[in-house]
Amino acid sequence: MRIRVRLFASYAEAVGRDEIAIELPAGARLADALQAVRASVGTTRLPPMPLLALNLRYAKPDSPLSDGDEVALIPPVAGG
Amino acid sequence: MPRYLTDAPLDPAQLVAQVASPGCGGTVLFLGAVRRAAEDGDVEGIDYSAYHEMAEAELERIVGEAGQRWTGARIALRHRLGWVPVGEASVAIAVACPHRADAYAASRFLIDETKRRAPIWKRERLASGAERWVEPVHA
Repeated sequence: MRIRVRLFASYAEAVGRDEIAIELPAGARLADALQAVRASVGTTRLPPMPLLALNLRYAKPDSPLSDGDEVALIPPVAGG
Repeated sequence: MPRYLTDAPLDPAQLVAQVASPGCGGTVLFLGAVRRAAEDGDVEGIDYSAYHEMAEAELERIVGEAGQRWTGARIALRHRLGWVPVGEASVAIAVACPHRADAYAASRFLIDETKRRAPIWKRERLASGAERWVEPVHA
């Protein structure tokens, strides 16, 4: 299945892009998406366990993924 | 449709007008502004960016939670994105409730949760031209 991964702020800067498309086998979970991203951009560019979002909500690493999902790696937020 | 994020300067009077209601005896307006602090160096302003779609959704959830917790609360919240110079407001929250205690409590909840949860980031620019991402401070 195809997953769209979005990167923001310091993470986008560290990786040099703000979006990555990844291909995962059926049954994959959010943590697998993170692992695939780390493998494709180089593991040193991102922290080991960044905050994750799935389809516009914060989500746990064991959340199951579906084809077409949007995953995001969320740097420490600093609004206000 | 964007409801909470804006690229334009914030208009507190408009937010207060938006929550006004004959049944509300207490209205609290919170404004958060970009500030200059000695420990941070000579900050000229902050460039705000967001995960737009999620920030709108998360702010909607936060406002919904406040509405459930403080029944009858009328809430207007705006967060500015893009360049905000020192002294200008980056966030404005108006809450009107039947009684002031609820308006104060809901206002505090809304700004605290916004800072804790909304996927929004700050890039600070100093007078020297240097730029840096601002790490969150939970206070």
